[in-house]
Amino acid sequence: MQGQKRPRIEVMTGNDACAEGALAAGLRFFAGYPITPSSEIAEILSYRLPQVGGAFIQMEDEIGAMGAVIGASLAGAKAMTATSGPGFSLKQENIGYAAMAEVPCVIVDVQRGGPSTGLPTLPSQMDVMQARWGTHGDHEIIALCPYSVRETFDLTVRAFNLAERFRTPVILLMDEIIAHVNEKVVMPEPGEIEVYERKMPHCPPEEFLPYKFTEDDIPPMASFGTGYRFHVTGLCHDETGFPTNDPVQIDRLIRRLNRKISRHRDLIVEVAEDQLEDAEIGVVAYGSTARAARRAVALARQEGIRVGLLRPLVLWPFPDKEVRALAEKVDHIIVPELNMGQVAHEVEWAACGKAAVHRLNRVDGEPIPPQDILQAIKEVAR
Amino acid sequence: MIDYTKYLRISKFPLIWCAGCGNGIVLKSILRAIDKIGWAKDEICMVSGIGCSSRTPGYVDFNTLHTTHGRAIAFATGVKMAKPELHVIVVTGDGDATAIGGNHYIHAARRNIDMTVVIFNNNIYGMTGGQVSPTTPMGMKASTAPYGSVEASFNISGLAEAAGASFVARGTVYHVFQLDKLIERALLKRGFSVVEVLTPCPTAYGRRNRMGTGVDMIRWQKEHTVSVQEAGKLTPEQLQDKIITGVFVDVDRPEYVETYQKLVQSLRERAQKH
Repeated sequence: MQGQKRPRIEVMTGNDACAEGALAAGLRFFAGYPITPSSEIAEILSYRLPQVGGAFIQMEDEIGAMGAVIGASLAGAKAMTATSGPGFSLKQENIGYAAMAEVPCVIVDVQRGGPSTGLPTLPSQMDVMQARWGTHGDHEIIALCPYSVRETFDLTVRAFNLAERFRTPVILLMDEIIAHVNEKVVMPEPGEIEVYERKMPHCPPEEFLPYKFTEDDIPPMASFGTGYRFHVTGLCHDETGFPTNDPVQIDRLIRRLNRKISRHRDLIVEVAEDQLEDAEIGVVAYGSTARAARRAVALARQEGIRVGLLRPLVLWPFPDKEVRALAEKVDHIIVPELNMGQVAHEVEWAACGKAAVHRLNRVDGEPIPPQDILQAIKEVAR
Repeated sequence: MIDYTKYLRISKFPLIWCAGCGNGIVLKSILRAIDKIGWAKDEICMVSGIGCSSRTPGYVDFNTLHTTHGRAIAFATGVKMAKPELHVIVVTGDGDATAIGGNHYIHAARRNIDMTVVIFNNNIYGMTGGQVSPTTPMGMKASTAPYGSVEASFNISGLAEAAGASFVARGTVYHVFQLDKLIERALLKRGFSVVEVLTPCPTAYGRRNRMGTGVDMIRWQKEHTVSVQEAGKLTPEQLQDKIITGVFVDVDRPEYVETYQKLVQSLRERAQKH
């Protein structure tokens, strides 16, 4: 370290920023399987992790990678995997395991077009619902969605913090444009980055309950090999972690797993607002599409149209209160997205009929240009 | 006689295993080997997948992890890499390890990652009701092979040997003293070690194939196995209906985690110089 303090300015891609953000958040284990357009994250971490005393492994498949991530987290390491659509599907069973067994970890999904192998090198936002409902069973999930390279860095850090804080898998939903765009980034100083460490137990080992019902619904978590011997399973379990078929215990567990996220939604949900103060028309957009939407809003403003942008940084839990507030303020909401309307559906539900919701969908592997969004704004402004 | 209660979660008894099942014999054999070596309970992490044998970790007082079907070795890989000082033992069944988990099995052997995999081979999917497994011998019946299996079966030990495991052995629950020694050697081996244990499933496999009680099936093991040493003296015809037991592989190869840590160390030293 040199004495003089200058801001670290770099040109990097979203995939670079994701890897750097993960390291800044304390990542010490990465397991993955190559898949476009996420592979650079694995490539960078294969180089960087051993330098910081962490470990990287390229597993034989995505399922194994997700399993290894869970194992490493239980052994005490902050752990992550990165993948894309088809690989995300393969990981789903073990993502459900992480939700059930309350194992903190981060899953990066750099979305590409689908279904199936679809469009490996082209952008999409088609995994929004896979992130929410991809695995079986009923549980809440946290999914974050960056729209710039710097935000990818910040949200990767946040993904780790939320995973550790809420003892849950957290999904970072990127898209191919964010993953591969090169941007100038002013990197935060190490001291500026808030890093959350998981809550450890302080009781004697014999009193430790790995799935204890606590005030905040988040049980403290011990690591394997630290003197707290406990059992972890994907089966419904009681507070001790052992399987149970008792309806009372099962109900308590599933409700707590859902509640620990839903009751803290205000701590998790994050939206950015742009020119919404006097807006009569709202645009709800996320990820790379929000870049085009921002431009479209600026162009429409030049023509005197009162339009603003609501940009969710967190897609799950869905910012329903924020969308509802918007719907009460504006007459029209336009939802541009690179899918057939996955978020528009949620917006309609949250808007509760208070505003007309208009879809603008593109599923041909091309981004939505600002002009298309501008045109949609003009149409509803008429 | 060791004090088994030291290692068991007695409050979780009775076991879910059927009368006549050999899994309890394998469990005790593992505990005797651990006791003989003298590892502390906190130093051990036992990982399993899904199936009858994979319920074993629930009964032992170690750091225990019951994972998704077929993925025990993958989870165990993460545990071992994140905390190399833990002794990682995977307990799994023939279907868990070599059907759905076959990919992880061969690649962990290829990497030669330091863990011991004890495979309870009962030639059937017991927990789901006796469906055909990759080790059900051709012609034997299963609930999904009502006319007898038409598939060739896997040689579990041979698979690990071909993929590069450091230690590979096959034992039976009949030859229990030998089994203790095989598991002990596997646990002490640095690298990927496998002990395939033949264990009877009278409920889902034996009954359908008219093999008698659990005791009859264990007697069958006695009559149908030969040691590696004896096998060398027999003709292919004499070996036709025999299963070979003993140690097939015991070699020293670079171990994965150790190799990785050496890399980390060298990078650190290089960084300090600059």
